Amino acid sequence: MNSIDISVVWAGIIAFAVFAYVVMDGFDLGIGILFPTFAMGEERDQAMNSIAPVWDGNETWLVLGGGGLLAVFPLAYAIILPATYPLMIAMLLGLVFRGVAFEFRWRNAAHRPYWDMAFALGSLVATIAQGITLGAILQGIRVADNAYAGAWLDWLSPFTLLTGAALVLGYSLLGASWLVWKTEGAAQAHARRMAFALGIATLIAMAAVSAATPFLHNDYWRRWFTVPGVFLTAQVPLLVLITAAVFFWSLRRGAERLPFLMVLALFLLNFVGLGISVYPYLVPRQVTIWDAAAPRQSQEFMLVGTAVIFPIILGYTAWAYWVFRGKAGTHGYH
Amino acid sequence: MIDHLDPTTLARAQFAFTVSFHFIFPAFSIGLASYLAVLEALWLKTGKGLYLDVFMYWVKIFAVVFGMGVVSGIVMSYQFGTNWSVYSQKVGPIIGPLMAYEVLTAFFLEAGFLGVMLFGMAKVGKSLHFFATCMVALGTLISATWIVSANSWMHTPVGFLVNANGQFVPAGSWWPIVFNPSFPYRLVHTVIAAYLTTALAVGGVGAWHLLVDRTNLHARTLFSMAMWMAALVGPVQILAGDTQGLNTLKYQPIKVLAMEGDYDPSPSGAPLVLFGLPSNADAVVHARLEIPKLGSLILLHDPNAPLPGLKDFARSKWPPVPIVFWSFRIMVGVGLAILGLGVCSLIARASGRLYDWRLLHWSAVIMGPAGFVAVIAGWVTTEVGRQPYTVYGQLLTAQSHSPLAAPAVAASLVVFAVVYFSVFGAGTAYLLRMMARAPTSREVEPPHLPQRAAGITPAAGMEQTSATESDHELHRH
Repeated sequence: MNSIDISVVWAGIIAFAVFAYVVMDGFDLGIGILFPTFAMGEERDQAMNSIAPVWDGNETWLVLGGGGLLAVFPLAYAIILPATYPLMIAMLLGLVFRGVAFEFRWRNAAHRPYWDMAFALGSLVATIAQGITLGAILQGIRVADNAYAGAWLDWLSPFTLLTGAALVLGYSLLGASWLVWKTEGAAQAHARRMAFALGIATLIAMAAVSAATPFLHNDYWRRWFTVPGVFLTAQVPLLVLITAAVFFWSLRRGAERLPFLMVLALFLLNFVGLGISVYPYLVPRQVTIWDAAAPRQSQEFMLVGTAVIFPIILGYTAWAYWVFRGKAGTHGYH
Repeated sequence: MIDHLDPTTLARAQFAFTVSFHFIFPAFSIGLASYLAVLEALWLKTGKGLYLDVFMYWVKIFAVVFGMGVVSGIVMSYQFGTNWSVYSQKVGPIIGPLMAYEVLTAFFLEAGFLGVMLFGMAKVGKSLHFFATCMVALGTLISATWIVSANSWMHTPVGFLVNANGQFVPAGSWWPIVFNPSFPYRLVHTVIAAYLTTALAVGGVGAWHLLVDRTNLHARTLFSMAMWMAALVGPVQILAGDTQGLNTLKYQPIKVLAMEGDYDPSPSGAPLVLFGLPSNADAVVHARLEIPKLGSLILLHDPNAPLPGLKDFARSKWPPVPIVFWSFRIMVGVGLAILGLGVCSLIARASGRLYDWRLLHWSAVIMGPAGFVAVIAGWVTTEVGRQPYTVYGQLLTAQSHSPLAAPAVAASLVVFAVVYFSVFGAGTAYLLRMMARAPTSREVEPPHLPQRAAGITPAAGMEQTSATESDHELHRH
């Protein structure tokens, strides 16, 4: 046990949870953002039914991200959340609106357009808040005496607005390509057109964020562009280009599943890029994973359970997706 | 007004508001999930469509309640960081793992099987569907276990050390932390409360429809099952509450004295104050109506046993007594009313008038929401009674909150209030609408699965369950 650094293991597990959240809730938040572009009736019902059985599980990864951070890196939790206070509140309230819409929209046909709007706006607000939070962490948080030392709007900057917009495009792309897989007919044709346009827009946004990040701080520049590291880091944009090419090719050829998988790969590459920029910091250049680590007893206690329970969770989650495989259709139990 | 409020008060108000709202939903969904598992078991065992009808009636209501519980619960998991960051940093090493285990062992389990429970009957068949329902019910109980453990530790903290960073860390084994002294009592009291709350709601709905049509078999089933619950579990809850009271007296005597309104010590036996107006400023309960010696008899099982008073403790350690005093009386009052309802239902059952006694039905309708009132009142009693601490006797609430400016917290409190009242208000209206519709035999047709009914094994049946048009036929719209 001593030869393995348990804090690094935990950083890996938290990173996995965050990534799982981003791609899983990403596609259902993306569907929320795109929702108003689908025709009322069959198209919207199909889109909704394609995520109704799984959205709750997807969002549980967000709770694990928060709870896990509190448990194993309490200092990071205690700094990042006050630093992004208005964003967190906005995200939580956005999630309230979109979460209840899944059930509420079926309860009264006259109210349905309003809950559809709540679903879309809630998804949009939550996504923007998450994107800005990511940017805020990247650009740096003021810390003094183990606590957040900034004001309550420190997170607002052109860069963070850019990351907010980029995540909206990225989640929408995930959502559109998920719908290419899970719907049919007019809804699918619409999703395919959206995926194409969003693919281009997302790549532009990724390029913009990637270009801006090294100018935020010397440290980021050094990590990406100094020899010999550059030979390794240069692989990331190269793989992005290959993935993007396969995405557009498969979308053109009428493939249903491959475009979604390529978008997942794109998100994974972004995530790796993020790791290259910030590791081993949780709050860049202020708090490392070792600074923030909970005492060893707490990390070990959690690790034992996680090692046993994680595979079980992944197992039944996969089963739940398997049960609802195939096209979504327009009828739930409602 | 905001000028007079400090960030601690505002943060407390926000947490109290969001957690009180949140608690309503799990209190209902813990009970409903178990009830649904029982109904489905009865359907599978007896083959009576009636039970499936009732299951389908409540599962739609469950979906709405559960959804509201999920979204209001996500808020809670982040509020520790947004509003109580100092608390999180100091207590995270102890509370964090307990809550993370709740996520791992309970939330994922519920969420993973919820989709199958709500939408999957035609896809997975009866047995696997029943399994999914049981897993959701189990998840709600596991969730209650962990969160009550974490909460109990804040009332009766044991097994910890404070390290050089001022963090609370485990002193050794996790066993005493998880099974801290008040945990077993709280868990029993809380889970029974959830069951009774659900029983009252179900009984109220059944009674309402009996008032409309006393021959409605479905309404009779709801009412009868709920009244069994009230009659049998109501007394158990009073016993459970009593033992938790004794436990609290041992570990948090100040809280019990606040509940009782005992400012002055009672060297020769404490009275039971039935009503009164406690005042912390005057350190006295005005306009009191009391029964001599009964307080000591209940708390110490001896009418002459001496009981200390709040004045024996420093004033800085007193909670806001009037709130605790009154919320406790509301909870106990509802508990006694449940007992009364249960006893009346037994009498009605014995005399064969269970489905004809309109006064009983009206009482059950009025008592329908009473469980929620009792749950919130009980929660207020125990949490306000813990003040002025977050971790009892160890960490002051005033030292736990985030370094945030008052306007930020005040603004978010206002937004939370507006959003919660409108969104959950709408949700409550939908629930009442669903409950106002009488459960009927047209609730849903039993899933007619010819390919499986013909004796094909479940595994073979699963091969055929891709989402084709024929599958959609199985769903009712």
